[in-house]
Amino acid sequence: MSLLSIENLSLSIHGIPVLKDVSMQVAPGRILGVIGESGSGKSMSAFSVMQLLPNGTSCSGNISLAGQDVLTLGERDLCRIRGRDVGMVFQEPMTALNPLQTIGAQVAETILVHENVSKSEAMVRAAEALRRAELPQDKFPLSRYPHELSGGQRQRVVIAMAIALRPKLLIADEPTTALDVTTQAQILELLKKLVSEDNMGLMLISHDLAVVADLADDLVIMKNGEVVEAGPTDTVFRTMQHPYSKALLAASNHVPDREGLVQETPLLKVQNVVRDYVTHTHGWWGKTVHFRAVNTVSFEIKKGESLGLVGESGCGKSTLTRAILGLEEVQGGEILFDGQPVFTHHHANIAVRRRMQVVFQDPYGSFNPRWKVERLITEPFHLLDNPPKGAERDRTIAGALESVGLTAEDRHKYIHEFSGGQRQRIAIARALIIKPDLIILDEAVSALDVSVRAQVLDLLADLSDRLDLTYLFISHDLSVVRSITDRVLVMKSGEIVEEGPTGAVFDAPKHDYTKQLVAAAPVLPADITAA
Amino acid sequence: MSVLFHSRTLLPGLFLSLVFVAAALISLAWVPYDTTVLNIANRMKLPSWEHWLGTDQFGRDILSMIMVGARTSIAVALVAVGIGMSVGVPLGLAAAARKGGWLDEIIMRANDLVFAFPSLLIAVMITAVFGASALNAIIAIGIFNIPVFARLTRGAALSLWNRDYILAARVAGKGPARISLEHILPNVANLLIVQGTIQFSLGILAEAGLSYVGLGAQPPTASWGRMLADSQTMISLAPHLALFPGLAILLTVLGLNLMGDGLRDILDPKLRRARV
Repeated sequence: MSLLSIENLSLSIHGIPVLKDVSMQVAPGRILGVIGESGSGKSMSAFSVMQLLPNGTSCSGNISLAGQDVLTLGERDLCRIRGRDVGMVFQEPMTALNPLQTIGAQVAETILVHENVSKSEAMVRAAEALRRAELPQDKFPLSRYPHELSGGQRQRVVIAMAIALRPKLLIADEPTTALDVTTQAQILELLKKLVSEDNMGLMLISHDLAVVADLADDLVIMKNGEVVEAGPTDTVFRTMQHPYSKALLAASNHVPDREGLVQETPLLKVQNVVRDYVTHTHGWWGKTVHFRAVNTVSFEIKKGESLGLVGESGCGKSTLTRAILGLEEVQGGEILFDGQPVFTHHHANIAVRRRMQVVFQDPYGSFNPRWKVERLITEPFHLLDNPPKGAERDRTIAGALESVGLTAEDRHKYIHEFSGGQRQRIAIARALIIKPDLIILDEAVSALDVSVRAQVLDLLADLSDRLDLTYLFISHDLSVVRSITDRVLVMKSGEIVEEGPTGAVFDAPKHDYTKQLVAAAPVLPADITAA
Repeated sequence: MSVLFHSRTLLPGLFLSLVFVAAALISLAWVPYDTTVLNIANRMKLPSWEHWLGTDQFGRDILSMIMVGARTSIAVALVAVGIGMSVGVPLGLAAAARKGGWLDEIIMRANDLVFAFPSLLIAVMITAVFGASALNAIIAIGIFNIPVFARLTRGAALSLWNRDYILAARVAGKGPARISLEHILPNVANLLIVQGTIQFSLGILAEAGLSYVGLGAQPPTASWGRMLADSQTMISLAPHLALFPGLAILLTVLGLNLMGDGLRDILDPKLRRARV
């Protein structure tokens, strides 16, 4: 008998249909992977199990959880189910915990809400839940606050809260999307262990096929509020029918075509660069503490090359980017662009700066919401002595927009009228408009859905061939780096630990850290990738 | 236009505020009776057809007095908010652009200094030193608006400085002043407008308070605060003398606060999303 059974669930919010005839089952001890791109309704399906839905939602169909029909239950009964029968793990561990409460108090809260136990007993059980989430008491006592923990450790606290009452069903909504690859592997391992220990059902929601393929017993692929493919994982991968699921799989493994004409002349030379941050511990007169974010880093990018830079959060990637762009001065070493220093006399060298541009990760935060596209993409004109005017300006704007697959008419729109993928194209147009030689792509495709990501990668490959661009491609996603770069640098704690041709580094990593990274990266089973 | 109906409080607030603004504007051209002419024979009359809100202890028409008083209150509050914004906002923008630097420290500590004094007390001091007049009241109230706007601007600007589009502007070679003007200011403008209406209503209260203790506008300029002060000895004899200016203050402040609330609902995209 299945633990959770959703049958023909349809859901609309204020009359707008969100889910259509969705059916899925979770059995005890099994993992159901729910895959879909943003807006596919995967999270909404999960939230409907707990009836944590926005106002104005109406559901029809059937959701039965351990024999109870959830849709007919009142709010009181629902409260009893939430947390006790169904636990939930969220995407963002930074905001899922209350910063003012200790982790012990937060885990104990779930227990106190549902069971009539004393506070001290709840604390004992909270300690047990944290231990099961692999946060042992000797290292992580109950009195710790969330800010004293890393992202992965916080996610373990969230998991401990979810499993404290040994629920029958655990819903994990993109539990590892905000985490680094190595941490992601550990958290997934933990979830798998807990499922088998407690004979719990797990509904794992993700946009990443590879993450789910490794872990899930069953699979549901959703698109536009409908289930397009369902069944046991290996069967689904082997007998994939629906064009959407095929496209999704193809996009996940997408390798853009590149000619990659690399010249021998170096474009950017980074030599022994050191970047220190100075912080005061106690106010103005306190001791100063030096933090070395980038430690004697040296590398070169050749003209026409696409160089990857991988590393986990906090390794110094972003600091290095800012130094290269001339936004921050370095404390040691030199950055030379085409032979000229990026920084001269404590000022950014404008002659060099106008030959570099950058594309950022977040398609939603990269644009001033009050400006029109025209003004947004022409911002880099500020770097030019004689920016184009009149008809020439119009031509340049149209050219930039068309080269990224948009139309010249889009210049009159505001940024909120575009989707995430389109915004990233606009960000690329903004970078292209002054015809730079080097574009730094700082996690430029990380926030995009797989199919959109594939399109943007194609676009980048095409542009580099057409316009002779050089890329510095910064990412934590090894598969993306592999598909678009010629050489790769692996960075850890401010230092470059390995460097070489991308394929060689990933196939035969030499440094321990690279080995760890490669091992932790989720991959689709080999027989599927071949298909 | 339909955006006006997104908030329940905006329209009533706007209506109330506009009534008093209209009264003030009309009083520039025409008032029912001249407020500088005394008519002792006709004093302390109850509301009637000739005098809608009655007459005061010198026989002046209260409606006319309130209309002229609205002019004083609005002018004082408007200029005071203007001083606060025109000095406070640039200071806040500068402090945010130089976060953690010495300029930021100086600006913010100076703000703390002004904040540390009870505002009305300092206003009393200024008027005591430089003489009681509407102009000095404006300056006193204006000075205390500066840190309010500086702090608000700095706080909002700081979170904007972390956005990627600011970084993109820096990559485009723009300096902090230009970025503040082009990117930051338009994005904090909605907050400033809302705070502006709230400070406006506080300014009206402050002006009334100063005039009440005799440190605001001097006779013969009509002022709501002084009308209250003048009528308090006769409150049992002729309660309407105190009632009407009191109501005028109450309704204006209420109207402005409602309007500020409503503007926030409309201008703040975060709240708007929460409503839908």
